[in-house]
Amino acid sequence: MTNPGIRDDDVLKAAEQWRREGRGVAIATVVQTWGSAPRPVGSHLVIDDKQNFLGSVSGGCIEGEVIVNAGEVIESGKPRLLEFGVADETAWRAGLSCGGNIRIYVQRVD
Amino acid sequence: MRLDLLADLNAERAARRGAVVVTDLADGSQRMLRENEAASDALLKSLNVRLRGSKSGVHEHGGKKFFVELHRPPLRIVVTGAVHVSQAMAPMAKLLGYDIVIIDPRDAFATPARFPDVQLIVGWPDNALPSLALDPWTAFAAITHDPKIDNPALKLALDAGCFYVGALGSKKTHARRVEALKQMGVSEAKIASIHAPIGLDIGALSPPEIALAILAEITLYLRKGEEASA
Repeated sequence: MTNPGIRDDDVLKAAEQWRREGRGVAIATVVQTWGSAPRPVGSHLVIDDKQNFLGSVSGGCIEGEVIVNAGEVIESGKPRLLEFGVADETAWRAGLSCGGNIRIYVQRVD
Repeated sequence: MRLDLLADLNAERAARRGAVVVTDLADGSQRMLRENEAASDALLKSLNVRLRGSKSGVHEHGGKKFFVELHRPPLRIVVTGAVHVSQAMAPMAKLLGYDIVIIDPRDAFATPARFPDVQLIVGWPDNALPSLALDPWTAFAAITHDPKIDNPALKLALDAGCFYVGALGSKKTHARRVEALKQMGVSEAKIASIHAPIGLDIGALSPPEIALAILAEITLYLRKGEEASA
């Protein structure tokens, strides 16, 4: 709601609409943050099976990794808890350079 | 997340009601609680989570980890008075993430030229406010200086349980307002909850500064409502 432009409620509406259109859909949600995380807990990124996405879970730095994981969650139906942080080599590569750590829960819309 | 649960959640949000989604992070099982259900839910009670005042987050209970996601409706600010102060309030409120609605029956004041990109209602609060359905996710500010406009609106805002109700005017003006509201049958407790003089005391002089003081006070009651009232 503090984000000008797309609001989180629009993102969840899109998730519902996309699923009703028959697309495979995953919702990624920020569930925990430490330090200076770019987006607060409860922020959503919605991804479809063609890698279209709406919303954000970071300033744009880890969305790529989340989208790849979302594709796998859409396939398997098994939710995942992802963690990104500066201490983590992979995460640094993914670019969470703001100094924060975040956990993101990725679930399929069934 | 099941599609029916997502649809229920979106319906609650569209109706401007709060909701809570509880996810068991181990097995992915989920529940959606409506505003009234959340208040009496055993798990939320034991976690001391309230829809208002708490934040979304991960909680441990009985050896399980739960993500408790609080969905609060988009916040609104409704203002009577298409005046200098509300001209400044409109863009500031938007930056803060509020929808803002400005009501004034005086069509010389309430013009789109003075209020670009703002929901503007040219009309009397008695007619305009019921259609807006004021609610506890709405803050209300009466700033016309005209009791004919402000007082009926204040009564409606207090009855609707707006999380913040403020009224512009000196202590003297407010004393007259208190008498008028009593005559209108508003309870003393409700009258006492009106913020007047309006806004945090930051020494505001100019209209934008007064707008800042009002929005700062609204923020205070949004974020720390119970503590701020104590």
